[in-house]
Amino acid sequence: MNINLTLIGQSITFLAFVWFCKAFVWTAIRNAMDEREAQIADGLEAADRAGKDLELAQEKATQQLREAKQEAAAIIDAANKRANQIVDEAKTAAHEEGDRIKAAAKAEIDQEVNRAKEALRSQVAGLALAGAEQVLEASIDEGAHKALVEKLAAGL
Amino acid sequence: MAGDTLTTESYIKHHLTNMTYGKLPEGYVRESYDGTTETLTQDTWTLAHNDVEMKDMGFMAVHVDSMFWSITLGLIFAFIFRKVAVGMHSGVPKGLQNFIEMIIDFIDTNVKDTFHYKNPLVAPLALTIFIWIFFMNLMDLIPVDWIPELMMWATGDPHFFFKVVPTTDPNITLGMAFTVFFLMIYFSIKEKGLMGFVKELTLHPFHAGKWYVDIFLIPVNFILESVSLIAKPISLGLRLFGNLYAGEMIFILIAAMFGAGLFLGVLAGFLQLGWAIFHILVIALQAFVFMVLTIVYMAMAHDVDEEH
Repeated sequence: MNINLTLIGQSITFLAFVWFCKAFVWTAIRNAMDEREAQIADGLEAADRAGKDLELAQEKATQQLREAKQEAAAIIDAANKRANQIVDEAKTAAHEEGDRIKAAAKAEIDQEVNRAKEALRSQVAGLALAGAEQVLEASIDEGAHKALVEKLAAGL
Repeated sequence: MAGDTLTTESYIKHHLTNMTYGKLPEGYVRESYDGTTETLTQDTWTLAHNDVEMKDMGFMAVHVDSMFWSITLGLIFAFIFRKVAVGMHSGVPKGLQNFIEMIIDFIDTNVKDTFHYKNPLVAPLALTIFIWIFFMNLMDLIPVDWIPELMMWATGDPHFFFKVVPTTDPNITLGMAFTVFFLMIYFSIKEKGLMGFVKELTLHPFHAGKWYVDIFLIPVNFILESVSLIAKPISLGLRLFGNLYAGEMIFILIAAMFGAGLFLGVLAGFLQLGWAIFHILVIALQAFVFMVLTIVYMAMAHDVDEEH
């Protein structure tokens, strides 16, 4: 149990190891640990933020969905209305067209009838005259009877 | 037991003797094991053969075994921690890195709890002290005969001294304690200035504020403060030494019992186990105490407005 140079030797060794520990061990390990701590803190914060973001996004999505539904309903309404309108319009137009076509057809028919009547009338007058001529032969004064026959024909 | 011819006393003595390499002066009469004497013709650096020679070597001697184990264990500490420090990453820690980080965190918490100043040296100092002393104390758990017997067998010298536990050598513990003391004074002067340090030694605990009273108080203060200052490293070193020396002593006594018949041998087995289990506590606790006190002393060195 003598005190000797070992005392000094141990002191020097001790200082050397402390220096080594400070220079090559402590800082490196502590830095990495601090870095990880920061990373974890960041990660937790990010997770927190992400959660909040998700909530917000969900709210937004719900709102948008509601808006879209409303919009869709409005569009369908408008479309229905428009369709009804178009159908109504088409009906009216068809009616009008039909009426017009009917009127035109009627007018044409009338015209045709008149023309036929006219033709018939002229032919009937001729035929009657020829018939009467043949029946009465010469006894008939063409001039005197022509007016009579024409009056007859006009009565057709 | 180390041989049948050994008495219990010499066995214990042998176990408590360091392997000492030192200088014997010119004209010194050495006695060999076989009884012949030899007179040295010049100053000789040599291994001491017995404790008389060790005493005569005085201060100019080194405990080779203590230094060897202290440096070896320090290197193991440095190697393990350096290995982890090199492979250190901030990703998910694994295995050894996890364990080392746990220790670092433990030390850091202790330092931060006590030491509230900025000094990058204190934490590594605390780590080195804790782990190194822990390793040195741990050598106490190796059965006391293993390594000395191995060394005797390896060297063929039945008188070969080889102590395994460096912290049972007061040179080792006091060496560390005085280094801490030196750092304490260094930081004291660095933080408070030389005058501040001197004032701390002379104007506490008694301070009147009037110079003609203070003149008489200063010597009293100085004596009180010096004693308390010097007591710090001494108590720090001797506490560790005392605890481990006592522990080692009990292990040796138990080991001596193994050769004393069947009954005592079995009893010694149980005692050995019990004491070893209890000693695990002492080993960790003493390393921890040394570390915490070092931190406290460092904090005191940085404490500018100390109140008494």
